[in-house]
Amino acid sequence: MQELLEILRGLHPDVDFENCKTLIDDKVLDSFDIISIVSEIYEEFDVTISAEYIKPENFNSAEALYSLIRKLEDEE
Amino acid sequence: MLFTSYEFVAFLFLVLVLYYVLPGRFQWQFLLLAGYLFYFAAGESYLIYILTTTVTVWFAACRIEKVREGQTKYLKEHKERLGKEEKKLYKSRMKAKQWRWLLVMLLLNLGILAVLKYSNFVIVNINRVIGAAGGGREFSLWNLVLPMGISFYTFQALGYLIDVYRGTVKAEKNLFKFALFVSFFPQLVQGPISRFGDLSATLFESHPFRARTVCFGMQRVLWGYFKKLVIADRMLVGVNAIIGDTDTYGGAYVFVGMLFYALELYADFTGGIDITIGMAEAMGIHVTENFNRPFFSKSIKEYWRRWHITMGTWFTDYIFYPISVCKPMLKVSKFTRAHFGERIGKRVPVYLSSFAVWLATGIWHGAGWNFVAWGLGNWIIIMISQELEPLYERFHAKFPVEGRAPWKVFQILRTILLMSCLRMFDCYRDVPLTFRMFGSMFTGWDFSIFWDGSLYGIGLGFQDYMVLLAGTALLIAVSCIQRRGKVREMIAEKPYPVRFVIWYGLFLAVLVFGAYGAGYDASQFIYNQF
Repeated sequence: MQELLEILRGLHPDVDFENCKTLIDDKVLDSFDIISIVSEIYEEFDVTISAEYIKPENFNSAEALYSLIRKLEDEE
Repeated sequence: MLFTSYEFVAFLFLVLVLYYVLPGRFQWQFLLLAGYLFYFAAGESYLIYILTTTVTVWFAACRIEKVREGQTKYLKEHKERLGKEEKKLYKSRMKAKQWRWLLVMLLLNLGILAVLKYSNFVIVNINRVIGAAGGGREFSLWNLVLPMGISFYTFQALGYLIDVYRGTVKAEKNLFKFALFVSFFPQLVQGPISRFGDLSATLFESHPFRARTVCFGMQRVLWGYFKKLVIADRMLVGVNAIIGDTDTYGGAYVFVGMLFYALELYADFTGGIDITIGMAEAMGIHVTENFNRPFFSKSIKEYWRRWHITMGTWFTDYIFYPISVCKPMLKVSKFTRAHFGERIGKRVPVYLSSFAVWLATGIWHGAGWNFVAWGLGNWIIIMISQELEPLYERFHAKFPVEGRAPWKVFQILRTILLMSCLRMFDCYRDVPLTFRMFGSMFTGWDFSIFWDGSLYGIGLGFQDYMVLLAGTALLIAVSCIQRRGKVREMIAEKPYPVRFVIWYGLFLAVLVFGAYGAGYDASQFIYNQF
């Protein structure tokens, strides 16, 4: 989880990623941010988040995103 | 049968009456029939294309669903026997099967669209190359018809197929229901590009007659006609005069034409969408909103989140994300990070995928280099503003103007001007000419046209300008009120005489100042051609 939080903080140092649950709904993250996050996750975790997983519920919080990474790691 | 024709108004009236007279369980079948009649009236030969898309996409979606159901069943039955690796292998085999169905249908349907829409553009360019290379035998153009709304229904159907492939919606087993989703007549002409999950929620249900629903829907239709007939079609006269005679109308006229075209396009397209959503609403069917007051946007990026929303989200979900997060792109990103540093590596997927999206958006809008230039112009401006972010941050740290009203007004005006400049590619439809006319705004500027009566020479009289001024003021006022809530609901709470004056006033305005009163011919909606 710490690695993921570091990736997110690298994009927006001013956002409280540990507690924010509306990263997409409140437009904290835009499509450009999402692409950067996906490519950094690929490097850090060696997990590919394909387009079908790019939906608000998976990116609204760091927790949801981390669960997705875990799920994809299990599948891969 | 244009939305603005008498025939269409009669058709809509008849459809609404029969829709509510019929028992609820037959309503969707009736809408399917109405959709095909509407499409048949637009052109008999169009039917074959919409039928092909409907049947092929429906069939492929059912096959994909069947493969998925088979996979679930197989994995359940062999849960104990299969190891992790075997399960993984089986799943990837099934996914490949589904992918083949998707790929074949994408190629077939996009192929039909490409041939009908772009083959002559390709031929013209091949002939140009042949001519430039010293001549020879040139290819003759193909005599093809472009079915009404083909880009809209093709994208809508393919969006559904991709959603089924991704497992985000279940395949519709009933061919006729799916046919209605593709051919729902209010949105057949110019969108919005609905998602199956959204539209199907109310499309196939029975809807008992409710006076308030019909009334609200027809009010929105009326507002759409006001925008189209009173503002857009009147504005069109001035725009056509300016772009039709570029030798006479340079300099300040170009600036006037540019702003007129921006307003005309807005009134035309949003008016058409109001008519679409209003018609559906009158039948109890919810169609996704396509605009969210785009001219109040503070940046181009925001503007594109608020203009033609369903097209934007379509390109984002089905082109931008798949390209930017595909394995080869991630590898390219990794490579550039390793060799050119973090800063460039981060940008590569974003820049390449957004380039693809804007190129596709430009081409989607029309077969011409002007549309390509328009799309790439948007891309360049968005990328420049992305790169200037650190500069903006430094500026705002030094000058704390962010959030203040004058700064917001500046941002809004800047976005309107930038968008209007880009729209010139669409307006003049010729790239070198657009650049020449854009340049003339700075070299041949003559302020006097604003007070010496020259602007009456573009086909618009004093009364027209007054109507346009009042109409535009009303548009802005309504947009401002919309920030506080739904305008029609606010009006519905007013006493009867106030409601009467508002809605009959609007109705009379359409009759008197619209295409019927001022001697104009109602023109086709601009987005019909897409």
